[in-house]
Amino acid sequence: MTPRTLYEKIWDAHVVSSRDDGTSLIYIDRHLVHEVSSAQAFEGLRKAGLPVRRTDLTLAMPDHNVPTTPRVDAAGKLIPIVDPASAIQLAALECNVAEFGVPFFTATSPEQGIVHVVGPEQGFTLPGCTLVCGDSHTAAHGALGALAFGIGTTEVEHVLATQTLRMARSRSMEIRVEGKLGHGVSAKDVILAVIGRIGVGGGIGHVIEYRGSVFDAMSIEERLTVANMSIEAGARAGLFAPDETTFAYLKGRPMAPKGKQWDNAVARWRNLRGDDGAVFDKSISIDASTIAPSVTWGTNPEQVVSIDSAAPRLEDFADEGRRAAVARALDYMGIAPGQAMVDVEVDHVFIGSCTNSRIEDLRAAARVLEGRHLSPRIQSAIVVPGSGLVKRMAEAEGLDTIFMDAGFEWREPGCSACLGMNPDVIPPLGRCASTSNRNFVGRQGPDARTHLMSPAMAAAAGVAGHLADVRAYIGEPA
Amino acid sequence: MTMSVVAGRAYPLGLSNVDTDQIIGSDWLKTISKVGLGQGAFAALRENGVTVFDEERYMGSEILVAGANFGCGSSREHAAWAIVDIGIRVVIAPSFSDIFSSNAFKNGILTAVVDEVAIPPLMAFARTDGEDGILKVDLIAQVIEAPDGQRWPFRIDPFRRECLIDGLDEIALTRTEGPAISAHEARVALVEPWLAGAV
Repeated sequence: MTPRTLYEKIWDAHVVSSRDDGTSLIYIDRHLVHEVSSAQAFEGLRKAGLPVRRTDLTLAMPDHNVPTTPRVDAAGKLIPIVDPASAIQLAALECNVAEFGVPFFTATSPEQGIVHVVGPEQGFTLPGCTLVCGDSHTAAHGALGALAFGIGTTEVEHVLATQTLRMARSRSMEIRVEGKLGHGVSAKDVILAVIGRIGVGGGIGHVIEYRGSVFDAMSIEERLTVANMSIEAGARAGLFAPDETTFAYLKGRPMAPKGKQWDNAVARWRNLRGDDGAVFDKSISIDASTIAPSVTWGTNPEQVVSIDSAAPRLEDFADEGRRAAVARALDYMGIAPGQAMVDVEVDHVFIGSCTNSRIEDLRAAARVLEGRHLSPRIQSAIVVPGSGLVKRMAEAEGLDTIFMDAGFEWREPGCSACLGMNPDVIPPLGRCASTSNRNFVGRQGPDARTHLMSPAMAAAAGVAGHLADVRAYIGEPA
Repeated sequence: MTMSVVAGRAYPLGLSNVDTDQIIGSDWLKTISKVGLGQGAFAALRENGVTVFDEERYMGSEILVAGANFGCGSSREHAAWAIVDIGIRVVIAPSFSDIFSSNAFKNGILTAVVDEVAIPPLMAFARTDGEDGILKVDLIAQVIEAPDGQRWPFRIDPFRRECLIDGLDEIALTRTEGPAISAHEARVALVEPWLAGAV
């Protein structure tokens, strides 16, 4: 048998049927549902008189629209959602899950959070499964060895109705990072370096497999950060082969298999890796020692540099189209060509999003903030834990106190200022040090300026009042 | 809706990496309907110096010419709904984000992938007024034709091409495969029972 990549193995195991034109019907093992991409899908089912085929493989929760301020008052009563459009969308989800019998975490349940934080945390996401959600950052679940990708609402409807998707197989891409990461270099810096290297369109039509010593050494939280941003390189999905780290993370999670079934599952998952000699359509190799703490300077995630360097100069670009694009990005960002990144002043700090709102992210930021305070320049600084469980764990560790002592607001879980569908919006021309995944024009609010970075780097920027090198805040390596 | 040939003027957008936040901002994602999103189409671009969507001569064009990686970013199908709502049926670009091209297809939009070198001449034609600016996109022949006879082939997934030509209810098609889906479920329940039910 021809050696196969991990992607090819998972794909083959899920083919229900194939057509001569190259498309296959693929079985979907897990489906996460949130309020933004599902209302029209449920409406489609209703019109066609169809049920949800497998409610037991489906899990819903609100995350995009929910406010991150308290959701119940002192008397325990629900506080109404102020924005009428958000309120309607959230109410529509509650009606739909009730009507179709879909398991649901309400906005006030302790398990609620961002779908991509909750799925792994609950053990809903499992190695070797196919998992979809009407959200592009579904790629995150590849951290556990799940073939996971974002879909649109029509596909959400198709999965609800049939538990399958019709699609063509993607090409395969290996990204190998070998060596040892430098002091203060995080998983976020690694994935930003990957995107900087291959570009925001470099992964189009491909599923990435992350391999090599740096990825092997990562925790699941770190792998989630990396896999999450696969989509920012244009890739359909990103995969890590499951290993002992994965099994240790999943064991005992509420929806993970138990007892004898757990043993059988792990035995099977141990074989979930690419065969020796499997051929990738593309292979990229990066030396870990070349990766530094990084920040984006522009309006897409490939526009990234190390913190100790400068924004590009226009004369660096020979191609006229690229030069114009760089000029447009710098202009939007209010950054001069060649400006040193540490000279860029910051007004807002956002620690959160499905990329960086897990417990390790909060610990890394808190480590920088302990005994320090936000610069007086900072107009708003919020920490939005990825789920209710992350929030409780952080509180048990006293991280909330460190954040609040430093001047941050400690919020309720949700997508928040990553895309500003709830009230957490960066004001026009406001500049935000953000741990999220997209620095697109207007992403965090009309005319808002976003710099992507790791949680520790965002904390350091908050303390300094300008983009700052985290290495100056965390002492020497032990 | 079915498609064979779309001919007419084209919006000469040309930009690369147009993300779905620029096609439709997150404020518009709060709708629970699929219609009316045209009002918000390309707002972030229009507010930042892109004029093609506001110029009289391009109004109502059914074709859009864009640069590489069109529709990158968010999976929001609202981007496709917004584009449909302003009457665009064909987007021509050197590459598209996977999720956007799928969403576009589900809404009857053809995403025609051309070689990068085709974009400058296509942009030039799109900017030309009158009969000389009319592009013809032929889905049957998989070719784009300019008034002077220049032709550029384009790529499209064969299944999607067939569906766009014939018009197709995909859920109905998949439901004819019900027995195969059930057989797969039965096999998984036996071999990987932990996948067979989560909640």
